Amino acid sequence: MNTGEQQPDFDLVALQAGDRAEFARFVDAYSGQVYRLGLKMLQNPQDAEDILQETFIKAYKALPNFEGRSSLSTWLYRIATNEALMFLRKKRPEQVSVDESIENEDGDDRPRQIIDWCCLPEHELMSTESRANLDHSVQQLPYSLKAVFVLRDIEGLSTRQTADILDISEAAVKTRLSRARFRLRELLSAYYSERMPSTA
Amino acid sequence: MCKHNHDHRDCSYLLSSLSAYIDGDLEETLCEEIERHVADCEDCRVVIDTLEKTIYLYHATAAQEQPAVPKDVKERLYKRLDLSDFLQNP
Repeated sequence: MNTGEQQPDFDLVALQAGDRAEFARFVDAYSGQVYRLGLKMLQNPQDAEDILQETFIKAYKALPNFEGRSSLSTWLYRIATNEALMFLRKKRPEQVSVDESIENEDGDDRPRQIIDWCCLPEHELMSTESRANLDHSVQQLPYSLKAVFVLRDIEGLSTRQTADILDISEAAVKTRLSRARFRLRELLSAYYSERMPSTA
Repeated sequence: MCKHNHDHRDCSYLLSSLSAYIDGDLEETLCEEIERHVADCEDCRVVIDTLEKTIYLYHATAAQEQPAVPKDVKERLYKRLDLSDFLQNP
């Protein structure tokens, strides 16, 4: 599904006719990415498994109506992302109102943490604890920023693909990505600054 | 955010372009403007460097974590999809 990778070819006619062997090949090719998307969006293996199953059940049912306006992988990502967002909204409805105002609010995303932690060694930046903090920080983003960030900076999709998947403009993708990155920078700065060697 | 002797509005104005700048998605004249500004603004240099590092860390960890479905999860998926007979044993 990643843009940088060779996408496998599928016999679309067979897939749309319900050919089980071809669908099994399709599931085998894309289940890893769908599962990871669920994990990054929901941070819970059981919830990610539910998203994985629901995505392929919906895909199987919807395949006969697939019109080829986007690639199969982008189409599948759209189903998976919608499933994850629906799940989040059901589970944490209180965040929806916060989320809906993202597009309109001016927001104050001015950098507050001005600490240069880039000098920390790689093993510190990428330690097991630091990696857990990277995931935890993504969970603190509002849904609409989180979805864009996961698709663009974790799954490596293009701006165009992300816009197609979320049914928003490319300009909106760029704006949300910028805001997500700045918010994560703040969170990571707070985390890593505590791990800076003391100069005292 | 800047403490230096240039106009603070420059910082706010340029911050909105930094994400695109890091992606190499900005026109040359604006890139040059950012680079000129950063040469004189230590705070903005820190913001750019740490923003770039933030993005790098997510890219790097994603590249290292090969997307894979645990065996038991895969088995339950294939069963739910009635595809168990296509499950390949390693």
